[in-house]
This record gives sequence, structure tokens and C-alpha cells, in this order.
Amino acid sequence: MSLIKQTGGYVPRDRNWQPDALTPAYKTSIKRSPQAALLSFPTTLSEESSPVFGHKLIGELDNDLILNHAQTGESAIGPRIIVHGRVLDEMGRGVPGALLEFWQANAGGRYRHQKESYLAALDPNFGGCGRTITAGDGSYELRTIQPGPYPWPNGMNDWRPAHIHFSIFGHGFAQRLITQMYFEGDPHIKLCPIVDALKSQKAVDALTALLDMHRTVPMDSRAFKFDIVLRGQRQTYFENRKEGL
Amino acid sequence: MIQKLDYLQESPSQTAGPYVHIGCMPNFAGIDIYGGDLGAQMKTGAVQGQEITINGVIYDGTNTPLRDVMIEIWQPDAAGLFPSANETRGTPDPNFTGWGRAPGNMETGEFMFDTVKPGAVPYPDGRMQAPHITAWIVARGINIGLHTRIYFDDEDQANAADPILSRIEFPSRIPTLLAKKTGEGAYRFDIYLQGPNETIFFDI
Repeated sequence: MSLIKQTGGYVPRDRNWQPDALTPAYKTSIKRSPQAALLSFPTTLSEESSPVFGHKLIGELDNDLILNHAQTGESAIGPRIIVHGRVLDEMGRGVPGALLEFWQANAGGRYRHQKESYLAALDPNFGGCGRTITAGDGSYELRTIQPGPYPWPNGMNDWRPAHIHFSIFGHGFAQRLITQMYFEGDPHIKLCPIVDALKSQKAVDALTALLDMHRTVPMDSRAFKFDIVLRGQRQTYFENRKEGL
Repeated sequence: MIQKLDYLQESPSQTAGPYVHIGCMPNFAGIDIYGGDLGAQMKTGAVQGQEITINGVIYDGTNTPLRDVMIEIWQPDAAGLFPSANETRGTPDPNFTGWGRAPGNMETGEFMFDTVKPGAVPYPDGRMQAPHITAWIVARGINIGLHTRIYFDDEDQANAADPILSRIEFPSRIPTLLAKKTGEGAYRFDIYLQGPNETIFFDI
């Protein structure tokens, strides 16, 4: 047995790195951002535990957005891509069994949602959602079409860069995270007020997937690599400090 | 050059946006897939303990309900055991998932959870925490998910001894963390993102 024990506590979230709640250029944040200080305390069992999602939850096409909403024999329209990467923790360890859920607009920049009003056409063969669970080394893969940029009501002429939303469940509720993946070279990235909520170019780069020719399938699909990092859990040779010691 | 700490940075958060339902509760969004939405049912059979419902609305700084919100809750079973892979203190209720996910109603913003009253769970130092549910809120305009806790207003003694509630700097804000009993097995927990009744949110 290893001398190193997982004490269970999660490393605090770096609030100087994560976006602030209030980012006025993203107008909706103004009335939806808490104004009082957050209450900080070390994680407890409630944050160090997490629901279990087994691999058998996942259907064969759940991570294939080209086919998972398509009529038999048909497929979604748009540039065919594979997105792959690993879910890691801050110590660089792979996170196995993590549930990833992803959603996106279609190739024209249109979401399949009743409150969506953009005039771009819906693709009858594209639903826009998928999910998967990471393998033993934290790796995952999905296949989709590259989403299009789209306009949104914020400034008079704001457009979102092409992006895929990711929701991630690790091993503790403290790790719960939702973020967005952008594509290398998209000129909208530096114009977007939502991207601009990030505090540094390094943070933007951390959400920008690179074209990965090694994983591209010739004559079929290009590939992009996107790693995701969740909060890390402390390890120590020493047991938890008991009261009075 | 001195040594380096080779840690990675947590991936930065970005807003879940207005269409979080497509990814996390597609059937609610009208996309028929997966045979149902994850987290829609917290009970998979006859459960132990008191069955309860929790209803609420999440309000922005203008007192307008968030109608595009998603809220998740995570809690132990009635005996205080988590249905988690790392639960070592006992065997949790096999018919209870501990995890729920609900949308705000697209017209009214109201959310609802059908769950059980959680048992008490110890704090890391061994003191007991009052029964509570962990909640996490995402929506358009929220750059990073908001953590809070749902305690219960009919647990006076446990709440008074709770290691977290008892160290809140402004006691007048504690009621923002208490679900109000509205009937037998029925509780209401409204959440205010801003204003004089702003809910306490956690950095945890």
C-alpha cells in the first residue's frame, strides 16, 4: 500500500485565474453577478464526493454528433471533425470515468432550441448534443461538425467565435465545471466579450484547441486536441491533523 | 534557475450560455435522445427516510426570475451516506442517486426537486454539520458556476451547531441559506443573485 494518502481536500480554486462574476462588457453578467464576498472554506465530504456515472450509461453514438440525431443513412452537414484530449487534474494525473457532456450550434451557427431566433437554417440531421466518459487514462474523443460563428444580442454587432460547450463531472462536486472550447486561428476570439471575461491570454490559450494533423483521418475528418484540467486533490504522507494536534 | 512547481492550471470557466439545456437536459429542450435526461429522477425505487420536495426561483438583480437557468444538487441519503464511489462509511440507499438536475421553468423560472431529507455528515474535524444539500447554479450571464448550500429552517439545533453556519460573518444573511418549510415534506428555497437578500455563495 502506498504511503501517500489521499486526504480528500481539494486545492482551492484560483480566483485570480478564473473569470470574475462581474464582467460588464458581457452585459448579462451585470445583474446576474453576486456582489458580496464569496464564503471560503476547505472542502468537506459534500464537495469531495460525486455521483457515479458508469460506462454503460453511454450509448454507441452518444459521442458522435454527426450521426446521433441523423436519419438512417444520412449525416449532419458541415466540416467533419474529431475532438480529442484528456481530462487531467492540476497535478497532471488523468481523471478516469469523468462524464463529459457537450453541445454546440450547427455549421450555420444555429442551435436547436425553442428560444433560439437566429435566421440560419436548422439541419434536420443535427441535434447538437453528445456525451462520453473518459477512459482509464482520462482520454476522450468525440466526432462532430465544426460549429459556425453566430451573432448574439449584446453589443450592436457581436459575434461568438465558433465554440463547443463542455460540462465536466470529475470525482468530487468541487471539480464541477462548465467551459467552452474555441478553435485555433478564429479571428472572433479576440473580439468576443465572453472570451474577454478570461483574465489573460494564457487563459484564452487554455481554451483554444489546436489542429492536430496526427489524429486527422485522411479523406474523412480533421482533428482538434482539447485537454481539460480539473481541480486537484491533495496528497500527503501525513494523516489529517486531528483536533488539538 | 530555481526549481519549478509543475502544476497545471484548472481550465478556466466560461458561461453555460442560454442553451445549456441542449447539452445537459436535451429532452427538456425538445431533443429526443439518451432515453431521458440525467438527474431528472433522484429516486429509483422505494427510498429510506423522509421524502421531500424543494421548489424555488432564482432571481437576478432586478428581481426577474432566471428562466434559462440550470441548477444541480448533490446530497447524502437519509442516513448521511453519499452514493459516491469514494463513500467508505457504509452502504448508501441503493434507490437514491443523491444527484438532481433541474431547469428553471421557461415561463416562470420555477425549479423543483423531488428528493429525501438528507442525513447529517461530519465536518473534516469530526464535528457534525447540519443536514444540507449542495447546490450549483449555471446560466447565461454567470461566468463561473455558483456554489451554495440548502439548509433547513426546521433544524434549529443542528443549524446552531453547524461549523459553517456558525462562522458566517453576517448572521443576518444566514436565512438566505435556509429552505423554508411550507407544508409536510415541502420546502421552498428561493435564490437571489444580488440585492439585500443576496444568497450566500461559496468559494469551495
